[in-house]
Amino acid sequence: MSDSRELVCIVCPRGCTMHISETDGEYTVSGNSCKRGKDFALSEMTEPKRTICSTVRTVFPDVPVLPVRVSAEIPKDRIFDVMKEINSFLLEKRVSRGETVIENVLGLGADIIATSDICS
Amino acid sequence: MKYDVIVIGGGPAGLAAAISAHDNGAKVLLIEREARLGGILKQCIHDGFGLVRFKEKLSGPEYAERFIDIFKEKNIDCLTLTFVTRIEKTENGFTVVCVNRDGVNAYETKSLVLATGCRERTAKQVFIHGTRPAGVFTAGTAQNFTNLMGVMPTKKCVILGSGDIGLIMARRLTLEGAQVLGVYEAKSTPSGLTRNIHQCLHDYNIPLYLSHTVTRVFGTDRLTAVEISEVDEKMNPISGTESIVECDALILSVGLIPENELAESLGVSLDGRSKGPVCDGQLMTDVPGVFSCGNALHVNDLVDYVSQSGEAAGKAAALYGGEKAELIDISASKDFLYLVPQRLNLNADNSNTEIYFRSREVLASCELKMKVDGQTVFTKKYPFMRPPEMELIKTDFSKYSLTDKSSVSFEIEVKSE
Repeated sequence: MSDSRELVCIVCPRGCTMHISETDGEYTVSGNSCKRGKDFALSEMTEPKRTICSTVRTVFPDVPVLPVRVSAEIPKDRIFDVMKEINSFLLEKRVSRGETVIENVLGLGADIIATSDICS
Repeated sequence: MKYDVIVIGGGPAGLAAAISAHDNGAKVLLIEREARLGGILKQCIHDGFGLVRFKEKLSGPEYAERFIDIFKEKNIDCLTLTFVTRIEKTENGFTVVCVNRDGVNAYETKSLVLATGCRERTAKQVFIHGTRPAGVFTAGTAQNFTNLMGVMPTKKCVILGSGDIGLIMARRLTLEGAQVLGVYEAKSTPSGLTRNIHQCLHDYNIPLYLSHTVTRVFGTDRLTAVEISEVDEKMNPISGTESIVECDALILSVGLIPENELAESLGVSLDGRSKGPVCDGQLMTDVPGVFSCGNALHVNDLVDYVSQSGEAAGKAAALYGGEKAELIDISASKDFLYLVPQRLNLNADNSNTEIYFRSREVLASCELKMKVDGQTVFTKKYPFMRPPEMELIKTDFSKYSLTDKSSVSFEIEVKSE
């Protein structure tokens, strides 16, 4: 079986257009400018992953929402499940930048962490 | 109070400029109109910032707070919730008049760094006809509602313009449960970065309609629908192609314009192409002692370069001692959307001059040429030049023995297919 696909790298602003072809389960990547591009292309073919950034509600009137993100990439098809977790959370203690807000979200191996000191 | 450098604007450009001026021995005051430092990055909660500078994918607040932490460690003077109302030239510099909760105050400075950022084009500037309902927002306003106030501005919207903030907001609103019916772009090519088209639109199955625009809005209190039309090559709507799309919000991402009201009040000349001040290699404007950086100078697509220009302007402002400039123009052919800086000061160190530019159109397989006195002295090949993607080269002008009779020019040559 062979298959070929074109995709745009989202790792950095350079946005390389890459070609991936598959022959009997082996992938060949071309058009990338660095190793990160190749890794991204391979991951897109097997298990696409993304980072997501959002906000969590807080009880503090001066900071109605606090910016957060996942500490590691999560599977692309779980984005909306993770969003549901983020949106049902209410922050009741003050946290600083980098601190975990939700630990190991949905068992995906990534934490939801604060990305700002506005609520510290 | 007397300062060496006053920086106006506490976003990424201003923070970098203030830190850099301080590190170069200047007594610095930073003035910011909002309550918190960080500028627009405060609401840019998505990641992707800092890849060039920190080799990490940071969110906007993370990127800004790294600079804010350094700024605070250095105990640099800072006024927040303070608005500059007037700047006057004095014999040895400038008087900056500002207003805040303490009333009206004036501060003296030898030099000024304008880091006032840019502003979004509004509905009034893109000629949308119809009623004036609530629900027509710029992408930045929608972003402020969603990310800072925690209020959703829409349930079902249309985005006009494919600028990066519009693409980012298409994804953000979708994540928060809103329906984004489509991104409509009057041009035949997207305005935003290619990777944003992919990670913000394609990932979420949001359609992008090129050569389409919004021609009318409907609704009395709140927006109820928009009229979409196809446009021709000159971006004029084609009659007979109208269709109605029901939605409760129209989000505009139709361009950013450098903010230079204060610069203009000082008599700084603006470049019609970059929309920012005409500057030399040290980012000094044509008003001696006034420096410009960040998005006030030209609209950047990466914050890393905003910080870089802030650092350059801050350093030059700190070292400025009223020396007389001897200027020559750098000319850029019509293939450039713009090129910064527009001039070189022959009395300054031009051994590591950063040149920022964008092409006017998407060009494939082309070559940048720099000429001194008509002779090509530098070339660089590009597989593509795209207006949304700013290019940067560093040049050592000291090796060309430039004089006031020299001419420096840039051209882009497109290789035949």
